[in-house]
Parts: sequence; C-alpha cells; structure tokens
Amino acid sequence: MPRVNRRAFMAGTAAGTAAAALGMPAIAQAAPFKIGLLTVKTGPLAQGGIQMEQGIVTLLKQKNNTFAGRKVELISADTGGNPAGAKTKASELIERDKVDVVLGPLAAFEMLAINDYIRQQGTPLMSLAGAEDITQRLANPWVMRGSASSAQCCHVLGDYAAKELKYKRAVTIAEDFAFGYEQMSGFQRVFEDDGGKVVKKLWPPLVTPDYTPYIAQIGNVDCVVNGFAGSNPVKFMRAYADLGMKRIPLLAGWTAMDDALLKSLGDEAIGVVSAAWYSASLDSPVNKQFVADMAKDYNVIPGGYSAGMYVAGQVVEAALAKTGGKADDKKAFNEALRGVSLSDTPRGPVKFDAYGNVVGDIHIRRCERKGGALVNTIIKTYSDVSQFWTYGDKAFLANPVYSRDYPPAKNLE
Amino acid sequence: MSAVARLITPRAAAIVVALLLLLTLPAWVGNPYYINIASQILFFAVFALALNVLVGYGGLVSLGHAGLFAMAGYTAALLLARGHGHLVADTAALAVTVVTAAVYALLSLRSTGIGFLMITLAIGQILWGIAYRWASLTNGDNGVNVASRPSPFGFSLAGADGFYYLCLVVFLVCVATMAVVVRSPFGASLRGTRDQERRMSALGYNVWLIRFYAFLLSGFWSGVAGLLFLYYNQFISPQIVALTTSAETLLMVISGGTATLLGPIVGAAIVVIMKNVVSAYIVRWNMVLGIIFILIISFMPEGLVPGSARLWAWLRHRWGAGKAQPAAKTGEDGA
Repeated sequence: MPRVNRRAFMAGTAAGTAAAALGMPAIAQAAPFKIGLLTVKTGPLAQGGIQMEQGIVTLLKQKNNTFAGRKVELISADTGGNPAGAKTKASELIERDKVDVVLGPLAAFEMLAINDYIRQQGTPLMSLAGAEDITQRLANPWVMRGSASSAQCCHVLGDYAAKELKYKRAVTIAEDFAFGYEQMSGFQRVFEDDGGKVVKKLWPPLVTPDYTPYIAQIGNVDCVVNGFAGSNPVKFMRAYADLGMKRIPLLAGWTAMDDALLKSLGDEAIGVVSAAWYSASLDSPVNKQFVADMAKDYNVIPGGYSAGMYVAGQVVEAALAKTGGKADDKKAFNEALRGVSLSDTPRGPVKFDAYGNVVGDIHIRRCERKGGALVNTIIKTYSDVSQFWTYGDKAFLANPVYSRDYPPAKNLE
Repeated sequence: MSAVARLITPRAAAIVVALLLLLTLPAWVGNPYYINIASQILFFAVFALALNVLVGYGGLVSLGHAGLFAMAGYTAALLLARGHGHLVADTAALAVTVVTAAVYALLSLRSTGIGFLMITLAIGQILWGIAYRWASLTNGDNGVNVASRPSPFGFSLAGADGFYYLCLVVFLVCVATMAVVVRSPFGASLRGTRDQERRMSALGYNVWLIRFYAFLLSGFWSGVAGLLFLYYNQFISPQIVALTTSAETLLMVISGGTATLLGPIVGAAIVVIMKNVVSAYIVRWNMVLGIIFILIISFMPEGLVPGSARLWAWLRHRWGAGKAQPAAKTGEDGA
C-alpha cells in the first residue's frame, strides 16, 4: 500500500491556499474558478481516490493555483465510493458550491448514477470511470473522459498479444463485475479477430481470499490476461508466482499493472506485459516534472488515478485559456473543453472524439527491475487509439455493450 | 393517568411547531442541496420506522431489510425501464415487496433472537447476490437508471421542492400509521409477544401470526421508502442491497431509541447528516459517527430519544421544578 504522506499533503494544500490568498488582490476580476473534485476518501476505494486528489493538487501547485490568469479553487468531496453518495456529493458541488467543472468520480457505478443528473444540471464533468457506455450508448454532452474506456487499453493488448507476441491461446481472469467484463471482452474481440483463441474466462468475485482455485484451472495456454483492479492485482500476482505459474506469460490491463502499485510488488511482477494509457516512465519534460513533484510531495510513484486528474486539470486550463478565463456561459465553456487538443501532457498527446472520450497513446510496457526498483518500461506505443479501436464508431455502437456474455466466447474448452 | 393528560398540551404544541417547520422548510432552507438532504432524512426515517416495527415493538432484530428496501426499488426501476408507467411500476413494486416480506417472514419466523437475525441476514445476502450477479436481469453492478420522476396530478416532482413535499406527505402518513398501529390492540399484542411470548400463547394469541402481520407492515413501509430512494436517486445498483444498508438502518433505530416513534427519525437524521453534510468538512467522518454511536451506547443505552427524556426528567427533578415524571416511563412505547 503506497503510503499517503498526510503531512506533506496538508502542507501542499496549505501552501496552495496561502498562495491563493496572497494572489487575490493582483487579480481583481470576479470570483475564483471553481473545480469540484468527486473523489473517494473512505471505504475500499479510498486509495485510488486519494491518488486522484494528489494528481490535481500537484497540477494546481505547479500553476500557482492560477489557470489562464484566473484563480482556481479546488473543492473536494468524498462520495464514500457508493452511487447514492456520489449523487448527493455531486449535488453539493453543483447546487451548493456552484462549481464550474466537476472532476471525477472514480467508479463506474458512481458515474452511471449521476449521468442523468449531470445532463439535467448542465455542468461539465470529466470522469475517470471506465464504464464503456458513458461515452458510447449513454453518451452525455456534458461528460468527458480523459483516461480511457474500460476496453480501450485491452483492445491494444489483444492486438499486441496476437500480432507481436504471436500468442494463439489465452485465458482471461478478472473480477466478476462490469469493469472486468468490459476489459476482457475488448481483449477477446481483438485477439480473436487477429487469429487468437480465448479458451477460458475466469471470474473470481471482487473479494477473493485465495486465488489458488482459479489459477489451478489455467490449462495449456500461451498467456494469461488479467484485468484486476485496486489491490487485487498484488494478491493475484503473488499467488500466481507462488504456484510456479510464471512459465506462462502474464498480460495485464492498466489497473492491474498501474505504476502506483509497483511499490507493493516484488519479483513476481517482473516480465508482466501491460497496456496502459499512462506510464510514469514516459520520457517527456512534463511527465518528468509531474513524477518528480509527486515523489517530492507525497513520496509516491504516480499511476493512472493521479495522472488522470492531472491531465483533466490541464484540459480545463486549456479550455479556460480559449475562453479568456470565462466559464459563466456553461455551454460555451463545455464546447471549449470538448475541443481541447493538447500535445504536452504526462500521458502524451490528448484529444477528444465526438462522444467525449479521449483519443491518445496507449503504451505497451514490460515490467523490469532497474537499479533496484520496478519499472514499467515502454516497449511499444500505439498512437491515437480511439475507444472504438479500428472498428469505427457506427459499427461498434451497433453491437451491445461488452458484458460477460458479449461478444460470445466461441472457443471455450 | 392525569400526568399524561397534563403532558398533552406541550406535546401538542411541539407537534404543531415541528409540522410548521417541516412544511415551510424549503422556504427557510433555500438551497436545493439542503432541501435534498431533508428529503433523504425523511425517506430514511420512513425506512427506520418500518424496521422499528420489528426491532422495537416485535423484539425481532432483522439484518436483511436492505433486501426489502431494494426489492421495491429494483422492481419499479426494471418495470419503468421496460416502458411501464409509474402507477403500474410502483403498485407492482409494493406488491412484490410485501410478498417478499411474507417469504422473509415464513422463513425467518421459525426462530427469534440470533436465529432470526441470521436468517434475515442470509436472505438479504441472497437478494444482494441476485442484484449483483444476475446481470441479464438487473444489469449487475452498472445498476438501473430511471429516466424521470412521476408527476402525480400534474404536480411536478422533478425539482428539490416538489420531491421534498412528496417525501414529507409520505413521511407524515407513515408516522400517523405507526402511531395508530402502536396504540391499537394489535400494537399491544405485538409488544406482548416481545415481552411475554409464552404468556401471550397461553392467553390464546397466535404469536406467529401477530409477528407475521408485523413483518408485512414493516415490509410495506420499507418498500415505500425504497421507492422514494429510487425516485430520489433515479438510479439503483447493488450497493444499496448490501449488508451495510441494513446495518446502517439498524443503527438509526438503535441510536435513536427502539420502540419509540421519534427515535428512528432522530437516528435517520444523525446518520444522513453525518454522511452527507459533516463529511464535507471532516475527512474522518466515519470515525466521528462511530464515536457518536459509542457515546450513545455508553451514556444512553436505551437510545437518544428515551435517554434525553430520562435526562430531562432527572434535571427537572434536581431543579425541583415541580413533580418530575417517573424517569423510565417517559418516551417509551409510542411516545
């Protein structure tokens, strides 16, 4: 478990507040621009939620709490990681605090719970939640996603496994819930279109004390694909290595090999190939600065949750620059947000499709030990990857959403 | 009973003031966010009152009521999603919930105490499993959305004010029903089965049937609260079916005071306010809530409402401000 250095965090926030207070007289114009952060600070999802907050606070600190010449105020709200809480907190941010933009929430079910509410209120929102339909069949003109849809990385992983690694037979394993289904279906679809076969799909429950019975079902295959999230990947990979399974290569989605997990992993992670939209090892000045600041303030390696909120903040800043610091006209501001195209973010270039989902780089990484520490080294980058992969939006949306049974697995043994 | 007669005037006054405050709440609260919090307190209070029928008056502690609450929500949401009208969906939802309550009762009333608690817990977990795993029916953990709130008789419930008044009406009807039931011969016989099960049997009462009816009543109002919850969020997902919901509601009842009318309402208000309002200022609000519960259990084990009444009576006695009430009697059983 990466430790959150609470004192450093408080100090950072305090410094930010002090800077805001000092800077106030210089910019006499109007009220500050308000960002509402829907995050999770209590319950099982709290770890990701705290990383989200660290990401956006790091950006604000770097920018001295000023976007496009306007002071920025961050109001963060704890949803408790449940849908009803997300609804209440969204209402708190939008109706009570009157924020100009909402960042978050973290979990798919939270986002799905507030989707209609956001549409009614007409406040722009940038989510981290994976659920495919948020930017597909339930696409909402006010909702954008700067991270990735659930399957966006796994499409790439399927392609890489079949074409570059020449794997023929795969087993998938992921938690028994929508995020797991959507990831594994994306992998299966592309992998099988490229000539591979998914011969078994395993779905352990969200809380599984021991993965041995599932790992024991893995037969004669070329690779195992895992789509775990939270702290489950750590438990799973340890069990996988302990049972002597490392002779079968392990592939991973972005949450299963998120850079924030590296601190909790050991040799069992070496050699794992993953597809992710963000990598702390990415060699660009903006990312190096981000990683350095996160290490300095919180003593952590940033992963997707932090980077996602950092990038979302950058998109907000770019939109604000376009509107000359004005966000009163919500429609105009929302359009500015959706039109943002950035080349200089920690994850690489970013733009948005007509459904509000990000189009950007997806990196294939291999986990290695470098100078004592684990690193996800980038071995290939797919550029401008869309949530629809190469299928095209119309054809893609004509199908039902990815689920446990769709697309049907025809090659099960 | 002259003491009771003398109590009526201040109590009636308090009720009138409370009613006036509740009726004018949107005007003096103003911000829709706080009006929505008030709506949440009201429908969770209805849920807590429903649970109180069993826990307080029946002495039957259920840990499976989230299943009943969610059964109504899910039934209505799924029917609405399939294109049925609000009236059909809501009626069907309540009917299904009462039937489910009957099934709960048939299975769980074979025992009392820990046995009853474990069986209701198990049924609740089965319903949670269905909501979570039977994805082709319930859409799994992605949940079910409800496109719009109904507009009964042209009265729009879309806004915070409209919905608040709906919650208030339902809440008042619920409180009135509970007050009547508690004072009725049925209420007395239910308390009898709680305190003197064997004697009630010996007197010729059908203990099982009394408890069964109580379960149906509890189930019905749990379903009503579940419907309000659904329309408030316009979304339902397996999280609400989980054990946490049952436990939280039980805490509302116990912390406020079992077997009182006011207790579950106060308990609901505490939990909802801590969860939604205080959490905006205190990151560790869970801990604060925990401390509050520990304090209540330590100093007022009978719950906040009867405990405060006891404290009040004791203070009056100390000040010698006239004839104090016998402490233990105040606020109990239908105060």
